[in-house]
Amino acid sequence: MTAIADQPTRPAPGPAADEGLARRLKALACTAPLHDLDSRKVNLAGEYASYTMAEVGLAAIDLVTLNMDFDTGADRDIVLARLLPRIAAQNPGRATAEHERVARWVLESLINVGSVDRGFRAVYGTFGPDGEYTRRDYDFKLIEEVPGQDGGVYLRTTDEAVNVLVGALDTDVTSAQIAAEVKLEVLIRRGRLADAQLAAEQARYRTVQYAETLRRALEATRRNVRAVDWMETVPDLIDEALDHIADRYRHENAILTNIRKARDESVDGEHKRRAAELVDIVKDCIRRHTQLQTRLLEAGPLFRAEQDRQAFAAPAARSGIDLYGQLLAPVLTLPLGDATRPTDAFFARATGLRTPVSVRVADLVDLLLTPPVEREHLGAELPEPDLVATPDDSRFSEAQLEAALDLLDLPADAPRRLSGLLADARSRGAALGEDGEDGDGEELAYLVALLAVHAASPPVGTAYRQGEERLLFAVDDGTRLDDPGFGGADLIVGSALLDAVGMAADRKDAKGTGAAG
Amino acid sequence: MTTTSEAWTPPESEPAAAGPAPISPADVAEAARLVSFGLQAKLLPARDAEYGELVRRYREDPPFGRLADAVATGMGLVVLEVSARAGMAVAAAEDSVFAVRMGDYSRRAASESTDRFLHGLAHLAVAALAFPRPEDLADDGYLGRVTVNGVDAFVRQACRRLEERAEAEGTNTDPASDAPGLEAAWRVWARRSATGATKDARRLAGSTTGIVSKAVSFLVDSGFLQKTSDDSGGTYRTTARYQLQVRDLAGGAAMAELLDLGVVPVSDGTPTLAPPDESDELVADAGLPFHAL
Repeated sequence: MTAIADQPTRPAPGPAADEGLARRLKALACTAPLHDLDSRKVNLAGEYASYTMAEVGLAAIDLVTLNMDFDTGADRDIVLARLLPRIAAQNPGRATAEHERVARWVLESLINVGSVDRGFRAVYGTFGPDGEYTRRDYDFKLIEEVPGQDGGVYLRTTDEAVNVLVGALDTDVTSAQIAAEVKLEVLIRRGRLADAQLAAEQARYRTVQYAETLRRALEATRRNVRAVDWMETVPDLIDEALDHIADRYRHENAILTNIRKARDESVDGEHKRRAAELVDIVKDCIRRHTQLQTRLLEAGPLFRAEQDRQAFAAPAARSGIDLYGQLLAPVLTLPLGDATRPTDAFFARATGLRTPVSVRVADLVDLLLTPPVEREHLGAELPEPDLVATPDDSRFSEAQLEAALDLLDLPADAPRRLSGLLADARSRGAALGEDGEDGDGEELAYLVALLAVHAASPPVGTAYRQGEERLLFAVDDGTRLDDPGFGGADLIVGSALLDAVGMAADRKDAKGTGAAG
Repeated sequence: MTTTSEAWTPPESEPAAAGPAPISPADVAEAARLVSFGLQAKLLPARDAEYGELVRRYREDPPFGRLADAVATGMGLVVLEVSARAGMAVAAAEDSVFAVRMGDYSRRAASESTDRFLHGLAHLAVAALAFPRPEDLADDGYLGRVTVNGVDAFVRQACRRLEERAEAEGTNTDPASDAPGLEAAWRVWARRSATGATKDARRLAGSTTGIVSKAVSFLVDSGFLQKTSDDSGGTYRTTARYQLQVRDLAGGAAMAELLDLGVVPVSDGTPTLAPPDESDELVADAGLPFHAL
């Protein structure tokens, strides 16, 4: 009677009806950080109005969700890098540094880096059973940072974020996936690939979510065998999951074949591209299923090993406190104000003792007066280098060089033609060869020719600096060289005397030209 | 000589024992030396011949043992055990100069009630994961292993179960905005981020892994844990002293507070003697001891 009488005055009919409203308010709250991105961008120093931040934010959540793997999460750098093309497309004229800044800002805003919890809070109101209105805090995260195996920090999207993204709140994982895939098949049959891609992507989000659920269950098993029901619940779960994988695998392979056919038969370029993308997505789904299956197969041995370790250990003579069941679990249920009392008591006695530190002035003086430790100024002994003799692969021998230089040791007032020098070299080389030395006339002639050509551009400066008295030079006067082995100009080769003491460049030049003349 | 010796013996000891074995100042010095060894928590009798000899004497010479106990008590220490494996395991009595204060441990914890709770809970969780079953705590030969990431995941799992249960029961766990002290404790941990990127690649101190990491490194300094590797945010194993400290002091003290809050029903007056089958059942669904009754 009283309830009916109260009804007109009560704004909401009770907690049951209130719940739906609260759930919708929470769902609404999850989108707030995305809207917030666009309203807060004016606070950024600079001209950022032309970026649509909500779009970047949603893309970031997409990227994290798709790059999340089974164990850790998405790599922050990869997510940032993949986000850049979209940001760059929004504002191609701007510098890459600015695009990177936008990417970082969006990601950090979605993590909510500034807050201590790195999460978001929304306030909503509910009516209690007695009609009393209470304001409540709803805490949620969109992207959370989790520790990886290697000690790095990885990103994972939360369930809230996935729900915001997919837009389906309060849905069952399995059934939603089946629905998505049936829809996909129908769409492909009708050739509507654009919609098919959307459905495939949704199926992939579902797959990721499913993997996440199972990952948590297996993790709990690893920590405490008895925390998980291994008689029925977990084996059922694993069976179900394996069935599910087998089913999906068959299903997705069928889809894959269909899309491949669609891709190859399609004449429309856009259709072809979409089908190719779809193939990638479905392949990724299959990859994720395989990964999940591997984990499921590991679960049994893991349980047995943990059971050996945890359950079959010899029972102890005394029984201790069940720290989890009797302390930790009850403490967690207490209101914060009360829970601090047992944790404080535990802290005070379980942290050990510290001997109070006090400085002794005598020690301080000693410490300050101690000379610094002498360091070895000679470093470590160097190892003796292991030398290997390299083979002598020079083309001309020492004797040949000597003979060539001897031939070119011309008096300053008697330059010679190259043809004459070559003839001399051939005869001298033949003589060398007969003496048992290596080489023959041609080789020596070749060396002489090389030296003569080199002398066509004499290193005057070097000779001058080094204080040499003679310099070999060669001049082309237009006469052609008539020789079986060499062609070109019949150079005039001569020696120039340098006045090393006088240092007169003009005199040296005059001498050079004079000798050449 | 005899008169001084009687002044040193605790009054509750039997007077007959003090008679035949007079205690000299040298004995007192040795007893104090043993206590000073006990204060160096990382030192083990097996590593130091003098320490080992004093521990042996403590166990074989009861008057000397009582003398060492008295020295420790006078200094504000509680003797937990004197043995070859743990050395002279002493703990700081309440208000002793050796006790660790929350304010010295973490400045933030002194002012923020949520941080104070999280730091305390981290220590409790480290112990709970190091000794998951009552037998582990009771078995002297048991060596626990904990990892920083494991402790965080363990608590998060417990929080998730409570969240699921609250959902199943249809209770709204979102706290009232004007009464933060009434927020359920598990929510505080679940809400705090597990880790976070920082500018200088260090662990984010305010994150839960940061808090756990601080707890374990503090326990390493206390000689309670030994680091074995850097895997999973740091892997540690327990020492005999930690087991003693948790079993004989901390567990009971926290339990007493819980009892005081009326959370755990007093079954037989000694909360350390919980029936094993009951605790099994409780752990199985990670429920509460009072919930099954």
